Amino acid sequence: MANLTTDFIGIKSPNPFWLASAPPTDKKYNVERAYEAGWGGVVWKTLGSEGPPVVNVSGPRYGAIWGADRRLLGLNNIELITDRPLEVNLREIKEVKRKWRDRALIISLMVPCDEDSWKDILGRIADTEADGVELNFGCPHGMAERGMGSAVGQVPEYIEMVTRWVKKHSRMPCIVKLTPNITDVRKPAEAAHRGGADAVSLINTINSITSVNLDEFSPEPMIDGKGTHGGYCGPAVKPIALNMVAEIARNPVTHGMPISGIGGVTTWRDAAEFMALGAGNVQVCTAAMTYGFKVVQEMISGLSQYLDDKEMSVSDLVGRAVPNVTDWQYLNLNYVTKAQISQADCIKCGRCYAACEDTSHQAIAMSADRTFTVKDDECVACNLCVNVCPVENCITMVQLPQGALDERTGRKVTEYANWTTHPNNPSTRAAE
Amino acid sequence: MSNSPLTPGVAPGRLPAKSYTDNFTDHAPPLEPHEARVAADRCYFCHDAPCMTACPTSIDIPLFIRQIATGTPDAAAKTIFAQNILGGMCARVCPTEQLCEEACVRETAEGKPVEIGQLQRFATDTLMAKGVHPFTRGKPTGKTVAVVGAGPAGLAAAHRLAMKGHEVTIYDARPKPGGLNEFGIASYKSTGNFAQREVEWLLKIGGIRIETGRALGRDVTLAELQAGHDAVFLGMGLAGVNALRAAGEDKGNVRNAVDFIAELRQAGDKSALAVGRDVVVIGGGMTAVDAAVQSKLLGAQNVTIVYRRGQAKMSASGYEQEHATSAGVRIITNAAPVAVHGNGAVAEVEFAYTEETPQGLKTGPETFRLKADQLFKAIGQTLSGAPEGLRVEGGKIAVDATGRTSIAGIWAGGDCASGGEDLTVTAVAEGRDAAEDIHAALMG
Repeated sequence: MANLTTDFIGIKSPNPFWLASAPPTDKKYNVERAYEAGWGGVVWKTLGSEGPPVVNVSGPRYGAIWGADRRLLGLNNIELITDRPLEVNLREIKEVKRKWRDRALIISLMVPCDEDSWKDILGRIADTEADGVELNFGCPHGMAERGMGSAVGQVPEYIEMVTRWVKKHSRMPCIVKLTPNITDVRKPAEAAHRGGADAVSLINTINSITSVNLDEFSPEPMIDGKGTHGGYCGPAVKPIALNMVAEIARNPVTHGMPISGIGGVTTWRDAAEFMALGAGNVQVCTAAMTYGFKVVQEMISGLSQYLDDKEMSVSDLVGRAVPNVTDWQYLNLNYVTKAQISQADCIKCGRCYAACEDTSHQAIAMSADRTFTVKDDECVACNLCVNVCPVENCITMVQLPQGALDERTGRKVTEYANWTTHPNNPSTRAAE
Repeated sequence: MSNSPLTPGVAPGRLPAKSYTDNFTDHAPPLEPHEARVAADRCYFCHDAPCMTACPTSIDIPLFIRQIATGTPDAAAKTIFAQNILGGMCARVCPTEQLCEEACVRETAEGKPVEIGQLQRFATDTLMAKGVHPFTRGKPTGKTVAVVGAGPAGLAAAHRLAMKGHEVTIYDARPKPGGLNEFGIASYKSTGNFAQREVEWLLKIGGIRIETGRALGRDVTLAELQAGHDAVFLGMGLAGVNALRAAGEDKGNVRNAVDFIAELRQAGDKSALAVGRDVVVIGGGMTAVDAAVQSKLLGAQNVTIVYRRGQAKMSASGYEQEHATSAGVRIITNAAPVAVHGNGAVAEVEFAYTEETPQGLKTGPETFRLKADQLFKAIGQTLSGAPEGLRVEGGKIAVDATGRTSIAGIWAGGDCASGGEDLTVTAVAEGRDAAEDIHAALMG
């Protein structure tokens, strides 16, 4: 069994699976149950300033979208930061950390955007013995209307400023949690880096309306006939999160800065993907909210088996795919593949045919007895047939070797060449 | 009453009262809405779907399943009824394992097809429960059509004709409409008086009158029908029953399985029905299975189906055979009846072993006897009382692809007509298509 111990910005945990700052980490009872189930770390639900706590709605806080058999694919929420008194949270954090020395415990913070507020809260948490702080610059609902959360995360200058204050007034490792509700995630990450952050974590939730009630004509979740945008998370957001993690990992300015990957991690495989794209660990919320804390046990056994099978350590995995994330312009335009349908595996549903004939390149032929074959002279290798085929590996993309004839173009496959040198590229001509 | 499965002879009330309720309840309970969503989600929405091709009525199965998956079962029902107005009954009685579900690509992929029959039932039940009839009658044409037989073929023809604006009168020999849907289907396949409810619902289209207790040839002649209507459709099914041609066939407690099934369906109190302790059913089709299983459910101790050919030749599907054996029915193949023994009533049936040879089925010299105090014959039905002058081929009224008989102005469909299998769904397709042709001919 692979050693899953991780050291993330000096914070050790027995495995890279942390619970993200969210409802599951709002109190001692939950956090201890999470540790008992095997979670390597916990980011305590965001604390606010001293004073009367925030108030949550008493109607539904979550909306969702589902796949087959009501499998939860995406969840959104309009819950705010912790609505429990600050001193209660601080006391419980201290108690938990003393009892669970081997687990990571990070405190998420969100206070108004002035130095005194940050100095004050950092002072209050100083003796909790927590391992670090995470700055919540991500929540897109409610708190953002009050100038906090994503309202800060959307302005790189604020991120840098607040991060500096935190580093100035605290010796704790500092993670800056980023919002995806921006146009270029590299900018806030660079700002965090400039401000002295030890790491970034991303993504926080995405502005969303999960559904509209077609009887009441209101967004869901509906509170007394009205709804507001909430933060979207769960398996559905994973592709967005993976891209943002990769963009930061391959950006020369932030390359090498530790990343805590968040966004739809549901299985060990999701976690491994985040880590391959540069995340030193992952944070999970929706999977735990859907299946309970025990779900971490599959993540632990799965990642362990994968690393054993690959004869890799956790550190071998982290960032391993980053060099292969590139710009479109550097993709090999002379890499030619053709779809190939395994007749032995084909169940003759015809979905590849419908997809190709109706919406793509008319490159699949259908015989009277429902045999589906690829027309190599039409196939552009778009992969849509592979994606719509219900049988895994029934349709595969087969690479043409160099020198082979591409029947579609009538040209032989040649060596690597990309858009930057392609004759159709206006910039190429301009340079001549 | 203190009868039990061990009581000798043919006796009623062999089981405790509650057993009858349990035994004759819906054998395939309908899907709950969530189950239906899950089942619907398994459909791949195939291109030019094989299930649709396999359906004799060509229901757009992928479309109706997608309509269920998206929460619009009423629209799904309309998709079904547009092709098959008896889609409710077909959802219950179709041998889907030999039709749409056999063709389902998930059967190929996993041996587990999409539950098309159950989904069809979910959709049709949902709409019918609202008492809504999804079609409206066209402008009256002033034409009248006589339909003989209120079974699946006749009802489908009548509905389509009424929809086109014609006036239809259905003549049926039995006291109730429905044909085999009412009299020929195992009770546990059509519970809650479904056949009658379906007829009532179908009639909401308007323009259809049913005259029960009026048999062609007995109460009304073909000439009269022709004289009184612009067209005639014959869908009276097969009223005759094949003989065993075994000595002693006339002994007591030797019955036609179809009569037993009809009696069972009409009986309110199943415990009052007498059934043998040792029941033998001769035949290899669905009628044999229905009779055998229901005998068992009535409390018979030993029930045996005996079929003269090999198992592969049985027209009852593998699913039906399994249903029988799991109910405790024994199936013996390659044995043909040679004699019925008994003093007045049947006591034993004697069979000879058979062998398939290139020259046909041969019976061997060796015989065996099965104890039987009740014997059901389920060896096929025949056309009886076909009107004079109609060309008959292969024991059925000869028709072309659109149901036209050898006499102009007379169409036929369903079991009494040539072509197609003797299935409810085939009868519906033939009735519907003949109606379209009648309409074209009348309005042409």
